Amino acid sequence: MKKIYMDHAATTPLDPEIFKEIMPYYTEVFGNANSQHLFGRESVVVVDRARDIVAKCLGAKANEIYFTSGGTESDNWAIRGVARAYAHKGKHLIISAIEHPAMLTTAKELIKEGFEVTFAEVDEYGFVDLEKLKKAIRKDTTFIGIMYANNEIGTIQPIAEISKIAQEHGIVFFTDAVQAAGVLNIDVKNPKVDMLSLSGHKFYGPKGVGVLYIRSGLRIDKILTGGHQERAMRGGTTNVPGVLGLALALEKAIKHLDENNKYVTALRDHFIHRVQTEIPHVILNGHPTNRLPANANFAFRFIEGESLLFSLDMHGIAISSGSACSSGSLEPSHVLLAIGLPEGTAHGSLRFSFGKHNTMEEVDYTVDRLKEIIVRLRDLSPIFPKTEKNVVFDKKAN
Amino acid sequence: MLYTEKVMEAFQNPKNVGDMEDYDGMGQTGSEACGDIMQVFIKVENDRIVDAKFKTYGCAAAIASSSTATELIKGMTVEEALQVTNKRVIEILGGLPPQKVHCSVLAEETIKAAIEDYIQKRDKK
Repeated sequence: MKKIYMDHAATTPLDPEIFKEIMPYYTEVFGNANSQHLFGRESVVVVDRARDIVAKCLGAKANEIYFTSGGTESDNWAIRGVARAYAHKGKHLIISAIEHPAMLTTAKELIKEGFEVTFAEVDEYGFVDLEKLKKAIRKDTTFIGIMYANNEIGTIQPIAEISKIAQEHGIVFFTDAVQAAGVLNIDVKNPKVDMLSLSGHKFYGPKGVGVLYIRSGLRIDKILTGGHQERAMRGGTTNVPGVLGLALALEKAIKHLDENNKYVTALRDHFIHRVQTEIPHVILNGHPTNRLPANANFAFRFIEGESLLFSLDMHGIAISSGSACSSGSLEPSHVLLAIGLPEGTAHGSLRFSFGKHNTMEEVDYTVDRLKEIIVRLRDLSPIFPKTEKNVVFDKKAN
Repeated sequence: MLYTEKVMEAFQNPKNVGDMEDYDGMGQTGSEACGDIMQVFIKVENDRIVDAKFKTYGCAAAIASSSTATELIKGMTVEEALQVTNKRVIEILGGLPPQKVHCSVLAEETIKAAIEDYIQKRDKK
């Protein structure tokens, strides 16, 4: 059976070149970067190198880069750390309604701890409503957290405008760039962000390692207390091969950003075109053009997404319903509900996220299987209109 | 989340799929908002279920449960079929993940609704 991976928004394979490069730091150069002896010093050099690379990639200074265990820790640290550090000034936070669970769940925890949170609304495409955002700002608002680009529907937020609003009100602005890093040109000075999170395994780097950029001078509490690692801001032995792998992967992704994006955009657009012209009753979720190049998210009406997901899985095609982080829950995606999809339509939505190793043949194979499966599942579906013929259409010559 | 091979087999090759024009009883449960809708049709002769069909909008577990439940009640008397529980469906499927147990409950409810529909119509005659 073919194995086709189209779930790159969930994770990507580690680049073999980078794997090769970081291997010695598991076995030979293994010192604890916090140790004072020769072995420790050998590792410090590697961590410093990684920090410099990441800083350069983001337009930041090396001392503004903090290594973490991944996107979730970075997000947790950003919102919790600022909420606590500014609690004496105010206890109101704003995040978008379509943030990753790493933000949403933490925000809900903070509510239990006595903070107030406004979940900023988005429009039908998933863009944060700037007017509503402005109206949500209060005297005691200390934090705005809006993701750079959404993990489920790929919508890219107007970060420059949001940054301006936050600056005008003197509010700390954090952006979760886990899906955007290595894909979009990011410069933390333009548009200016106070904090930004990213995760290594989304751009062919290793899993279990992430970054939180914290603008120098920003006040933030630590949440992982322990030793003096990361300039005493984040305890825990540094994952030396991990941070190097993240840095090299980010550098490589940015170096090849245009060609990678061009390639996956072509795959994605071909996929969207074929699905829209050959399968009736589909809805492209998110914005038609202002979306991450690798992302396609479709609602297939009259079908429940999981049955479609497993049917594709049986053909070796890996995709995702909503996001991997919320799969297994019976609730439809909070993102799709926030953009106004009825629950039923949200249940029938799937995310396809392409990567640099996918081919046009794989895309065609996927669409062909998708068409067969959709006819089968609609035949099974009591809500498919009886007045209509359950058909799909032939591929048109391009 | 992992499904048993039996669930995947019943999902991939479900039995008794379709509508029934001249049914004696029909049951429907669930809602699109919840992500599951099941329809079961039964044909009854002398209080014995001689045929059953279903249509299901839902996850793999919902489709597998519908197939299994309709397969179970075929050949049973209506009294026997009313004793069929979701536990029996789960047993035949070799287990269901905890968050999918409700699919088997829905299957039980839908066959019961179809039988009750039949009984009501029968008793009116």
